[in-house]
Amino acid sequence: MSTATTPSSTATAPGTRPRVGLKTPVVYATAALLTVLLFLRPTPADVSTTFQFGTAAEWFAIPNASVPALLTISLLTVVMAAAAVWAFLLVRQRRRPPVWLHVVVGVAVVLAFLTYAGAGKTSVIPMVSLLAGALALSVPLVFGALSGVICERSGIINIAIEGQLLFGAFAAAVAASAAGSGYVGLVAAPLAGALVGAALAWFAVSFRVNQIIVGVVLNTLIIGLTGFLFATVLSDNRALWNTRMPLPRIRIPVLAEIPVLGPVLFNQTVLIYLMYVIVVVLQIMLFRSRWGLRTRAVGEHPKAADTVGIKVNTRRVWNTILGGAVAGLGGAFFTVGSGLAFGREMSAGNGFIALAAMILGKWNPWGAVLAALLFGFSKNLGNVLSTIGSGVPSELLLMLPYIITIFAVAGFVGRVRPPAAEGIPYTKS
Amino acid sequence: MTDHSHQSEGSDAGNEQAVAAAPPAEVAAEETAPGGHGPTHREDERPSVIHQILAGGALMSVLAVVLALLIGGLLIAFADEDTRAASGYFFSRPSDMLSAGWTAMRDAYVAMFRGSVLDWNAPTFAGMIKPFTESMVFSVPLILAGLGIAVGFRAGLFNIGAQGQIIVGAIVAAWLGFAFDMPPVIHLLVAVLGGAIGGAVYAGVAGVLKARFGANEVIVTIMLNYIAVYLIGYILKTPQFNPGRTGQRSPAVSAEATFPHLVPDWLLPNDFRLHWGFVMAVLATVFVWWLLERSTIGFEIRAVGANPAAARTAGMSVGRITIITMLVAGALAGLAASGQVLGTERSLTVGVAASFGFDAITVALLGRSRPWGTFFAGLLFGALKAGGFLMQSLTQTPIDIVLVVQSLIVLLIAAPPLVRAVFRLPSPTGRPRRPRPARTTTEEVTA
Repeated sequence: MSTATTPSSTATAPGTRPRVGLKTPVVYATAALLTVLLFLRPTPADVSTTFQFGTAAEWFAIPNASVPALLTISLLTVVMAAAAVWAFLLVRQRRRPPVWLHVVVGVAVVLAFLTYAGAGKTSVIPMVSLLAGALALSVPLVFGALSGVICERSGIINIAIEGQLLFGAFAAAVAASAAGSGYVGLVAAPLAGALVGAALAWFAVSFRVNQIIVGVVLNTLIIGLTGFLFATVLSDNRALWNTRMPLPRIRIPVLAEIPVLGPVLFNQTVLIYLMYVIVVVLQIMLFRSRWGLRTRAVGEHPKAADTVGIKVNTRRVWNTILGGAVAGLGGAFFTVGSGLAFGREMSAGNGFIALAAMILGKWNPWGAVLAALLFGFSKNLGNVLSTIGSGVPSELLLMLPYIITIFAVAGFVGRVRPPAAEGIPYTKS
Repeated sequence: MTDHSHQSEGSDAGNEQAVAAAPPAEVAAEETAPGGHGPTHREDERPSVIHQILAGGALMSVLAVVLALLIGGLLIAFADEDTRAASGYFFSRPSDMLSAGWTAMRDAYVAMFRGSVLDWNAPTFAGMIKPFTESMVFSVPLILAGLGIAVGFRAGLFNIGAQGQIIVGAIVAAWLGFAFDMPPVIHLLVAVLGGAIGGAVYAGVAGVLKARFGANEVIVTIMLNYIAVYLIGYILKTPQFNPGRTGQRSPAVSAEATFPHLVPDWLLPNDFRLHWGFVMAVLATVFVWWLLERSTIGFEIRAVGANPAAARTAGMSVGRITIITMLVAGALAGLAASGQVLGTERSLTVGVAASFGFDAITVALLGRSRPWGTFFAGLLFGALKAGGFLMQSLTQTPIDIVLVVQSLIVLLIAAPPLVRAVFRLPSPTGRPRRPRPARTTTEEVTA
């Protein structure tokens, strides 16, 4: 999660390094302990878990891997314990544990859990479909979270992500269906999202209405509007306005042959490839371009930005419209992106989860993407496990991301600091 | 949005504080929004602005409702099949399209009126006024949860979590209602109280996290909403709550724990669903009025909402007020839940909270966070909901139009200059004023 380790902390000389909290080793040790208690203890000896790594589409079939459950969980626990010890030693030397260690421990916990869940079952754990499903569930979250980053970095709180996703989904479905091509939907969706963004900016900047209120109300408005049109115009002439128009999958020749990750990442629609591009471009633009510097200045200290000639409210309006367009494009995933017709309230709260992902990612594009992937993964894990049938109720598993977010916002998982001028309308004095 | 103290140095400090604080105050601040006037006028305008809000607020609300209904009507007309058919030859015979649109709009609103206020086609008197009692039934959770959100607004807190608080309150109230045997009146009181405590504790989590760790209450309450949704899904699958093995509905609450019907049969033979929960809503409104306007705590709540820094300087504990406010808000949402579980539904269902928690936000906004304003806003939205159902069945106009009208009302009320521009009303300062797009504003200010 903490991709944003500041360079200054590593640059200082060893003797003058600030103390590093014991949080990381404690979290690792807790993970190891919980693994022993929750996964290791109830697993009987001499049962095995089968992981399926292949899909039918590969050149050569990747065999299913069947591993002894007890041994695997034990090994993974050892990995976590070792990570805890190493992190503790690093912290004693006032060094920060590296980011990849978080990833290792996280993967170990997930694998231990999967091994426990599949132990002694005849059904296999489908790794490819688990990851592919996770990516699919993450796509609207990634777009939504990036939209939030663009808006909030400039000081406008975008609670209307939900409405932008939904309106994007609606516009994509209608435009694609009327034009007979999914790609037309990809043009209409960002326009629809931008329209919601423009409404948000209009009320927030021109009328100085509280941004949270406008966002909440716009969400309700879009839910009502799309639901109304869905039940009237769209259902009167379903063939014309609401036919399924899936985007074709484009297989990237070499990359798609990578085992496990290849089919997940590189056999996707153009929307997913667009998402990769937007993530990279936004990360670079936000921190390396004039636009990014101005955006952040306007969000952190509008008065100072104004003093050096940056038009604060203009920048905020355009950023909100741009953010709306990004979220609208993400909404296209619900309809043309996954080959479905439009349905009532089909964004199903994803906008709010995207907001949480943005906060968990500390208002950073990369962090937001990672958090969105985490949300998508845990959600899909819940779905997969409920079909495999594990002892853990899927509802409790599905709660997990929200509980993590609450902990994050309360400051238990790293410090979370929003842009300073967020939500405060700017008037020149 | 949590930190407004650092802005207070600016010359427009009053504006900033008010905007960050609470919707009613924010509308006041909004009157002095950047517009045609130079910054020098701003200080002079302040008293007249407050005067204007007190004097003209009701008119703005009425106009906003009218305008929202008009826009909704246009949407109904647009979606009507006859209208669209007639629009094909609009230029040869425009009257066809206009009359078809007018018919569609009129039929929908007439049905809505018959479904929410008075059904003049009904054979009996009870049947005639039944729609109004239905509006009251729908308004109970809206009023109670809306009051909770209004209290939060007055303290400058955005409690988006009424939905989750209703769910948790409903779980507790239903459990107390069906799992125990108690004497008649006591059982009802215990179950209602349990619902309120359940909601209060759940909201208290957000309050404590905000007070102790500065966690943004908007995010925390949104997350708590989702957790509550999964919690109720999980609880309804546990054996005690799930006799039917469907995971959809709990056992019915025992008769001792249900709200009795409000209109007794000996007075008027009826089949109303209206129950004593409505009286609870009235009492809660009175209580919230007393709490906010007459009690010390209410004074502190309003002080913290108006200016947390000043409240802290005056010796108030902002954290304590934050927690108390959230507890009160949650308790009110919990009462909304007990009204549903013990009065209207009489058992716990997956959809017990429906969208009351979110509708309540618009109710509190329309009521300008005032107790009686929220009460009447709740009645209005309850009526829209009740009427929406009849409208849907009679004219095939989807009930979603109610959501559109509700959100338009709130948007318009939040932006009085827009309403004034539409109706060509004078601005509160007596000068003509039009809403300006942001670019113009910026350029003017820059010039």
